[in-house]
Amino acid sequence: MGRGVAITGMGIISAIGNNVQENLRSLTSNKIGISKITQIKTIHEDEIMVGEIEDTNPVLEKKLGIEANQWSRTVLIGSIAAKEALESAEITDINEVSTGFISGTTVGGMDKSEQYFYDYEKNPGIRQHITGLHAGDSTNKIAKYLGLEKGFVTTISTACSSAANAIMLGARMIKSGQLDRVIVGGTDSLSKFTINGFKTLMILSDTYSTPFDDNRKGLNLGEAAAYLVLESDAMVQKKQKKVLGYVKGYGNANDAYHQTASSENGDGAVLAMQKALKVAGLLPESIDYLNAHGTATPNNDLSEGRALLRIFKDGVPEFSSTKSFTGHTLAAAGGVEAVYSVLALQNNLIFPNLNFQTPMKEFDLTPITETKEKPLQTVLSNSFGFGGNCSTLIFSKEA
Amino acid sequence: MKKPVYIQSVGSVSAQKTFDSSSFLEDIITYNDTTVRVIDPNYKEYIPPAAARRMAKGIKMSTVSAKNALTEADLEEREVDAIIVGTGLGCIGDSEKFVKDIIDNDEQFLTPTRFIQSSHNTVAGQIALGMGCKGHNFTYVHSSISLESSLLDAKLQLEEDEAQTILVGAVDELVDHHVNTHHLIGHIKKEPTETFNVLKSQTKGAIFSEGAHFFVLSNKKKAGSYAELLGIKTFNTLQIEEVENEILQFLNENILDPEEIDLLLLGNNGDVEFDTYYQTLNEGTFVSHSKAYFKHLSGEYDTANGFGFWLANKILKEGVVPSAVLRDNHEITSPKTILIYNQYRGENHSLLLLRKC
Repeated sequence: MGRGVAITGMGIISAIGNNVQENLRSLTSNKIGISKITQIKTIHEDEIMVGEIEDTNPVLEKKLGIEANQWSRTVLIGSIAAKEALESAEITDINEVSTGFISGTTVGGMDKSEQYFYDYEKNPGIRQHITGLHAGDSTNKIAKYLGLEKGFVTTISTACSSAANAIMLGARMIKSGQLDRVIVGGTDSLSKFTINGFKTLMILSDTYSTPFDDNRKGLNLGEAAAYLVLESDAMVQKKQKKVLGYVKGYGNANDAYHQTASSENGDGAVLAMQKALKVAGLLPESIDYLNAHGTATPNNDLSEGRALLRIFKDGVPEFSSTKSFTGHTLAAAGGVEAVYSVLALQNNLIFPNLNFQTPMKEFDLTPITETKEKPLQTVLSNSFGFGGNCSTLIFSKEA
Repeated sequence: MKKPVYIQSVGSVSAQKTFDSSSFLEDIITYNDTTVRVIDPNYKEYIPPAAARRMAKGIKMSTVSAKNALTEADLEEREVDAIIVGTGLGCIGDSEKFVKDIIDNDEQFLTPTRFIQSSHNTVAGQIALGMGCKGHNFTYVHSSISLESSLLDAKLQLEEDEAQTILVGAVDELVDHHVNTHHLIGHIKKEPTETFNVLKSQTKGAIFSEGAHFFVLSNKKKAGSYAELLGIKTFNTLQIEEVENEILQFLNENILDPEEIDLLLLGNNGDVEFDTYYQTLNEGTFVSHSKAYFKHLSGEYDTANGFGFWLANKILKEGVVPSAVLRDNHEITSPKTILIYNQYRGENHSLLLLRKC
């Protein structure tokens, strides 16, 4: 018999705020986080718009109380968000019970690796970043910052579904009794590497991204870190924990269609949503709000839209893509949108899909475009990534 | 009731001739270097040359290993429910080239292939694409416990019967910039070291290498099964003085006494600074246990324990411990239970417990 997986804390830093409260305020006041890039020098600066976290590295280092230029930005923002998550779960002794940390990242320490690629030989003062390239190194550094010892710590990298998959693994480990609690989510900073990579794929928009709009031109890259604290029923009872919501369902499937593009009819997405509904023991019609992957690339939104129609038929729930606020934060996206899903449940609010004007001609699907109050019991969140990776999470108010 | 988990088949591409399953470490290739590369199988037998041309080495090595594992398990591709891959750095060769191109060409004239192959999950994705496998597809990238995380995920699913057959793999490439930078920080040995001297070198750093290891895991025992995977545990940190106790606790959790372990397979890589973790087992409870080693043969890389896991499975199935993995001369016959302990530079410790079946 499966157990409940309670969410007892969360933390986030994104282009629309340095903590959960700031993010909520931005989401409810249509404060968009997309702008020209300021912190990375790139020849593409006039052709792209990004979701940058406002704080520079020195500001983040000061907030964390660490020495200058020791960590990648991925670690800096990850530490900020993970710390907030722990504090909101009121965990003071992280090693008191069996605790895990599972983080998703795609770039790891690439921001520093690309900066110092040719400089390591002549400059010993920057060699701390050599091992920082390991995705796992960024996770270990955050774990160390949190004070976690002798714990289960691992990193998932499945491109843009990484954090969603980290949440999934964490939920499965809580259910199976392998861990009492676990911090799950993801972190990715902006880098020249990803800017240029997505540029070669020609899926970056030169203006504000417009998810699910017929005239969408591509995505805005973003950076963020976001984590949830998951705990077992037993821990919640023992500690009389306040529960923010539950991870009710999860599913991962592979589209097995193309290395970077989604299949025309969203086969992988359909399978992921079906699996998640099955794990949750829910029928499609019981989903009250759907936080879509909605990157605003021509390919994703068409494929995801078709998948939604296959699952929900003529009853597609009210949906939106919050990437219009934050940009596509890659590995962190599933974590960011998990936090937003819980905020939606807590506040009975559907956050808007900004910049939407014209429905796509292929089908009749219109996202929610203004903040909407509605009693919510269940929220479904999609995250899809390169390599055909498709993940769905379902969050609920009740276990 | 949790289902038992079995290893049905193995596939290996390493610095030894392990892709050929007809012999078992009888003909050891020795090196005298600071880095060693895999012995390339004939990739043309596995991959059409046109496809191979742009393929990252990590994908090629993985394709061979995965195909060998699937063939040995005598499976139809559609019988695979999930694919899980561990890798420290993914196809790092392509990542390095992409970064180099960005810098050298001032962010111009770039092509997407190198970026796409830089995604850590490119191997798991490519294999799924090749097989048309639409099941669970995860990639773990946690340094020296990337494979172990993958095995843990697979075990969780098989025990709960969420999947019946899972392809689990691990891969890492050896590439120039990575080698050069790790020389700078002394993580690679300064001195070329002869294969059979690596473990007793008394010098700092390791011999860096590469490899790809794939395994088919299932919750149904078959005639050809290699071993039962009893337990997995990983730790982000451990103090040297905690190692023995954590092993004892792990055995206890798996309802085993220390005397029931016939062989300890240890991840010593000849780094005088960090092999001290394993040396603690030369005293205390495990003082007289038989011990075997493998990193002098495989070299060190994030998923080098894939070679260790391959070795333990082969030992259990064939009932033979090759002399090349033993340091002292005493022979061990037909071990039934093997514990693998691995760590890298004092971080990311793992325990794997296997039993003959």
